[in-house]
Amino acid sequence: MYRSLYSSDLFAEMERLQREMQQSFDTVSPSIRGFGRSFPAMNVGNTPTSVEIYAFAPGVDPSKVEINLDRGVLTIEGERRPPIRESGNGNGQSTAHIKERFEGRFRRVVSLPDDVDPDGVSASYRDGVLQVSVKRRESAQPRRIAVQ
Amino acid sequence: MTSQTVTRRPEDKAAARRDDAALLPQVDVIEDTDGITLYADLPGVPKDKLDVRVDGETLLIQGELALPLPGELEASHAEVRRKTYRRAFTLSRELDADKVAADFSNGVLRLTIPKAAHAQPRRINVQTG
Repeated sequence: MYRSLYSSDLFAEMERLQREMQQSFDTVSPSIRGFGRSFPAMNVGNTPTSVEIYAFAPGVDPSKVEINLDRGVLTIEGERRPPIRESGNGNGQSTAHIKERFEGRFRRVVSLPDDVDPDGVSASYRDGVLQVSVKRRESAQPRRIAVQ
Repeated sequence: MTSQTVTRRPEDKAAARRDDAALLPQVDVIEDTDGITLYADLPGVPKDKLDVRVDGETLLIQGELALPLPGELEASHAEVRRKTYRRAFTLSRELDADKVAADFSNGVLRLTIPKAAHAQPRRINVQTG
């Protein structure tokens, strides 16, 4: 029994921690928002005409995700429910050997550049990634200036 | 619950270290009397870029990120910095690797690995005499 405890749970946990540390050291300077342990993980990028936010939120019901943009601050809120476990013969005896996946309510906040247009927000959910696209105001977009 | 059904071998660890350019998907592994159910988070992986294979006793899960990125996108904050997910597990003998069933939706992979018939628990009646 002890052997089995060591061979899987503890071992897996140690390895996972080690990997996580390695991953966080890979980043030259850790983000002020932490090591990316929060759910959902987010990537943010800019194009000349928009700000694109990618929230890695697998297994979430997109109709229950709330996205708000208030004074340049984007908030993504929702809940990830644990999967319905259909225990085969109904005696309900199950053991979780590894449990790493996020469950419960989540909320993440991103502050966007000043030039975003609060009316130009669109969102889509695909393959477990929520993509929010926020348009930037035209005045902020780069313009070619003709030299007289 | 004396048997451990999903464990990882030292070789897998070594392999993981050699190739640390992959993201480690987060998983739940749940065992009941019928077998193992594994859930893995692989957000951003379309179905055709997911690769689940059983090779001998090793279960390998791999996936390639494919996000719709606009051409001139410049990253300003990135927590997901790699394009590949990879994780390997060792299956134990009483699992029936031929009967692995997979379902993948909204970035969550669900694998069910049944126990071989001979490994199913049996109630033994105690005779009194």
